[in-house]
This record gives sequence, structure tokens and C-alpha cells, in this order.
Amino acid sequence: MSLETEGYVRKTLIPPAPPPRRLGGPLAWVRTNLFPDLANGLVTLAILASLAWLVPEALRFLVLDAVWTGTSGEACRPEVVGHPVGACWAFIGEKINYLAYGSYPAAERWRPNLFFALLGLGAAWMLWLDAPKRAWGAAYLFLVFPVLAYALLAGMPALGLASVATGLWGGLLVTVVVSMVGIVASLPLGILLALGRRSDWPVVRYACIGFIEFWRGVPLITVLFMANVMLPLFLPGDLTVDRLVRPLVGIALFASAYMAEVVRGGLQAIPPGQMRAALALGLTPLQATRAVVLPQALKIVVPGIVNTLIGLFKDTTLVSIVGIADFIRVLEAARADPRWSAPAVPVTAYAFAALFYFAVCFSMARYAGFIERRLAAGDAR
Amino acid sequence: MRVVRPKAGLLLALALPALALLAPLPARAAPAPAERTLADIKARGHLVCGVSPGVAGFSVPDGQGRWTGLDVDFCRALAAAIFDNPEAVRFIPQSSAARFTALQSGEIDVLARNTTWTLSRDTAAMNFPAITFYDGQGFLVRKALNITEVKQLDRATICLQQGTTTELNLADWFRTRGLTYRVVTFANSEQTLGAYESGRCDAYSTDQSSLYGERLKTAHPDDHVILREAISKEPFAPAVRQGDDQWRDIVAWTHYAMLDAEEAGIAQDNVERMHREALSPDVKRILGLEGTYGERLGLTADWAFRIVRHVGNYGDSFARNLGDATPLKIPRGLNAQWNQGGLQYGPPIR
Repeated sequence: MSLETEGYVRKTLIPPAPPPRRLGGPLAWVRTNLFPDLANGLVTLAILASLAWLVPEALRFLVLDAVWTGTSGEACRPEVVGHPVGACWAFIGEKINYLAYGSYPAAERWRPNLFFALLGLGAAWMLWLDAPKRAWGAAYLFLVFPVLAYALLAGMPALGLASVATGLWGGLLVTVVVSMVGIVASLPLGILLALGRRSDWPVVRYACIGFIEFWRGVPLITVLFMANVMLPLFLPGDLTVDRLVRPLVGIALFASAYMAEVVRGGLQAIPPGQMRAALALGLTPLQATRAVVLPQALKIVVPGIVNTLIGLFKDTTLVSIVGIADFIRVLEAARADPRWSAPAVPVTAYAFAALFYFAVCFSMARYAGFIERRLAAGDAR
Repeated sequence: MRVVRPKAGLLLALALPALALLAPLPARAAPAPAERTLADIKARGHLVCGVSPGVAGFSVPDGQGRWTGLDVDFCRALAAAIFDNPEAVRFIPQSSAARFTALQSGEIDVLARNTTWTLSRDTAAMNFPAITFYDGQGFLVRKALNITEVKQLDRATICLQQGTTTELNLADWFRTRGLTYRVVTFANSEQTLGAYESGRCDAYSTDQSSLYGERLKTAHPDDHVILREAISKEPFAPAVRQGDDQWRDIVAWTHYAMLDAEEAGIAQDNVERMHREALSPDVKRILGLEGTYGERLGLTADWAFRIVRHVGNYGDSFARNLGDATPLKIPRGLNAQWNQGGLQYGPPIR
């Protein structure tokens, strides 16, 4: 026996391994996170190198070499400034009113401002999860606010608000209006369409399928061209639909078709047993859908919904192609000004647009991340 | 027993919306009676004018969103003639794709959007009452090349924007003269200008009126020059719907009044005095002190006086938007008065 075990029973102690050089502190963090092995270390180095090249360039362009004041494009020429010129913020400064409101009459600009404030209030009420009376907030945002916004922006002579034609709206105002209408209309419409597509009634089901497949089957740009170029030719001469309303309806229907498919994905992830259990408890099908199926389904598809909304927000710039003066369109028009012709101006305009869109889309994504973590808290228990 | 086939639901679902589409269509309204544009504008209280969404010198919004430019001034002149108020006009920026539909569908009363008058457009249910700006395809070249004529561009590389008629004009012009050239095209004007500046091409070709704006965007505008010669005809004219002769006359004569006023020496800064003193019969007729010319157009006797007082004559508008007072510094060239070597010729108001 002893002969057999002799070979692999150890008689001596292994010498103790040296302790890890560092257990804590920033250096240990760098080692474990940035340079755990060769491949990761090389990636880290590559990223650091590109940052070292990018950050000073961006800083130089956006801040250090930027021109902040001036009354014409001359102020943004290197030979006038005396050093290479980065962004020409003076141009944005001069045009900021036009970029924000388009040709909205100067005396009436308090109305878009109030609109932005009311929108901010409604959005904060809805988005801040611990806000008091959030049901009222939803009612305000989805029912009261659209009416208020319409009266404010388009005008209501009965209330002493002079009417302002939508042709005068522009810039940030139009981008916000188009995206808000798209978002506010597509969510409820999309949910209804998704439920309809799973309905047992063939008429409802096929109507929903037809609607969704039709709107998903055509590109948004086609919808916009149909709305703004073709539709007026089909309508009788004395019937005109506002030229901002036409693309608004098109975008809302288009977005709701996509939203419907996202929501349907969530609905299909809910096991049928949930519905049956709810019905067995005595809930009506409507109650069961509202209180049991939809909340779970929507929670699953938060990333998909936000994805669609971010896409929708960026797609709204397409309205500029059919002559609606959205943010991009007014930026293009503003830089056509010969007084502000300088090589730095177009670059500045696009940099400003990029910063604006990034800020909005990134905040939407961050907020969605926060909601996901909050909703996932229940799963962790 | 009737068997319900599974397709029935689908058919029904398709048929219902189709029926719904057919049912509520109201009987098509009778074609617009002729000569109602002016009445519509008066009833509405303002003119609706389609302009370009941003072309230097022709229609540009300022920092407050107020539109300025030669095309914009023309619409303000129309508003001044009709309402004695140059602000009684709404500007709707039109994309080049939607501009003619907007006019046909009645969304705008007049399209003043640096649009070239061509036969095919004229016969497409539109009219172009008067040429407000004579443009032509030109060339931007470096001063250092010492080029003065287009034919010196033989064997040159020329930068162009894609999808425009500039490429065809260029081919025609060079081929008829047996010259060779090389073309590099780009998707938009930024890239085209960038390529030209970086030295990839010897010349940048597009409408001369745009080249003056493009030159300003270069790093050193003074190093570049626009050749005087043009290789195509691009007459910019406002467009109106066909079939309303009264409105067509008003649009044409608004431009002619601005020309005649300039020719007679009536400008924005002296029009009040000219109106008081009115020495020559010519001035009297233009300013409405004699005859019933305005009434014949469906306007008031002082229609041209209103135009000059609020907007100025053609020369005033040109100087303010395109001329030496602006960074563009476009010479009058073909747009000078006929007796100054140009083509702008206002028929007599009499």
C-alpha cells in the first residue's frame, strides 16, 4: 500500500507564493482593468493614443481657437484673428434666435418659450418617477398639453393670441414639435396596433397587419414626398391641409407602425399562462391586458421603444427635404448668409448640429438606462 | 352550409379601407376661375411667396428670421403694390423638388426662387412673366493662373456638383469648340469647393450668381476670380400659374415698374420728392399722377409709387442684395439697364 501511494503523496510544503504586489489602490485598478493581458493592454494603448490625438484637437477646435464674438464672417478668418480659427461661435450667437424659432414673429416669441417651459414641466412630471400624482402628469402631457400647445403656437384669436402660420415656424421649435407629435402619437397608436395584430377577430387583425406592413414597406422619405408634394395635387382645389400637418401625420403613422412591432415583441415574450391566470382570477380580458400583460410586456421592450424614439428623433430631419424649416434646414439657410461667409462657418454649423443631436439622443439613452435599472430592481430580489 | 374560407377576413380587411377611400371624396371642385389670384390675395390680406430656402443675395433669413434678397424684395414689391405694405407677404421656403407642385396646388401665389425659365417649364401649366435676373454658367479660377477667357481652360480639370445641368452645358460648350477638359463631380457644393481649394481642379463651374457666394467661402477670396464670360443662359424669372392673365400682368409689371423707375431716375431716396415735383410726363405716368395705368392692372393709381417707396427701384434692390454694398459684389453685367449695356429693358408705362 505504502509503496503505491509513495509516488504522489507530498512530503514537503510548497513554498508560499509571494503576496500580490498590490491589492488595492489606483495602480491595481489600472492593472486589472486596463492591462490584464497583452491583447487588452494593446487595445488600451490604442484607445489612449487616439484620445491623446482627439481630445486636444476637439478642445482646440471647440474652445481654444474658437471665435466667440464678432459681427460678420470676417471676424472668423485666420488673417483677421491672427491664429488658426476653430469654431466660429459668433455665427451661432448672431443666428441663435433664427435657429431657435425660425421666422416666428419676434414679438410673439414668448409663446414658443412658454411652450418649451410647459413641455419641460410635463416631461419632468412624467419622467421623474417619484413625482407626486404622476397619473395627472400623464393626463396633462397627453391630453391637456397638446391642446395648450396648439393654442399657444398656432394662435387662437378668441383668446387674444394672434394666429401664426406654420410656414413661419422653424428651427428648434419645429424639430421639437415634429418629434413630440411623433413620440406622443406613436406610443399609444403602436400599442393599439400591436394588440390588434394579436386579436382573434380577423377583421381587426388583418386591418392591423395591413396597416403595419404598408407603413413599414415604404421609406419615410417617400411618405414625406407623398404628403408634401403629391397630396396637394390629389385634393380638390379649395381643400388645403396645412403643410406642417401633412408630414406630421405621415411621421406619426410611420412611427406607430414601427412601435407596434416593438411592442408586439414584448407581448409575445409573455407566457400565455399569465393571461389565463388573470382570466381565472376573474379579470375581464381588458383588465387582464391592462393590468397583467401590458406592464410586463412594456417593461421588456423599454430598450426597443427608446431605440425607436431615438431613431424617430433623428429621422425628423428628413422633413427638411420637403421644405419644412426644421433645425437642420434653418442651419443651412443661416449659413447661406453672404455676410457670414467664411471657411469656419459651415464646419461650425455642423459641429453645433452634431452637439445638439448628441446631447438629446444621449440623454434619452441615459434616461432609458435609468428606467431599465429601476424596473429590473424587482427581478434582482 | 356556407364555408367561410380563411381568406375572407383578409379580403374584407383590404376591401374596407379601399371603400373608405372612395366614399368621402367630395366632388372635385370646379377649375379655378381665371383671374382670381388677386382677389384671393386681397381677401386673405397677404401674399404667399415661394422662395429658395437660402441662396446668398436672393433669399436669406437674417438673425431674426426676416427674409432678405433680390427674390424676396420682388415679393415685397408685389405686396407693396397690392397692400401698400411690404410686410404683407409670407415667405415659404420651397425645396427644388416641391416648388412647382406648391405653385400648382395653390399653396403659393408666386414662385420667386431663382428658377430658370425654360420652354418645358413654361408649357407645364406655368408662366414666367418677366426675367428678374440674367444668370449664366460661369467659372471660378485662381487669379494666379491669369486666365481671362473660358477657352483658356482647354485641357483643364473642372469641379462640378452632381446632378445639375452644368455638366451637360460644359460638354456642349467644349465639344463645339473642339476643346478637351476633365470633370470631377461631387455630391454637394461644400465638397466641390473643398476640392477646388485643395487644388484638385483648375476651375469650379456653376451659375455665376452662386460663384460669388462660393468665392466668399474660400480661405482667401481675393485670390480667386470669376470669369466674365458665361457658357449658358440661365434667365431667372418668377413663375405664376397659367390661366390668370391679370395676375401674370401684375407680376410682370411689378418688375417693369422697378426697371422704369430706375431708368427715369426715381429711387427709394428721392421718390417722395419726385412725387411732389413730378417734372416729366414720364415720371408722372410711372408714379400714377397721370392716367389710369394702375387701375388697368386691377391695382391703384399709385401702385408703382408704393413699390419704389417701400422697396426701391431695381437698382436699389440689386445694390442692397447683390451689388458693391454687399460682400458678394456681383457686377450688374447683363442685368444693367438696356441703355447701360445690359439686357434689363422695362416696356413703357403708358
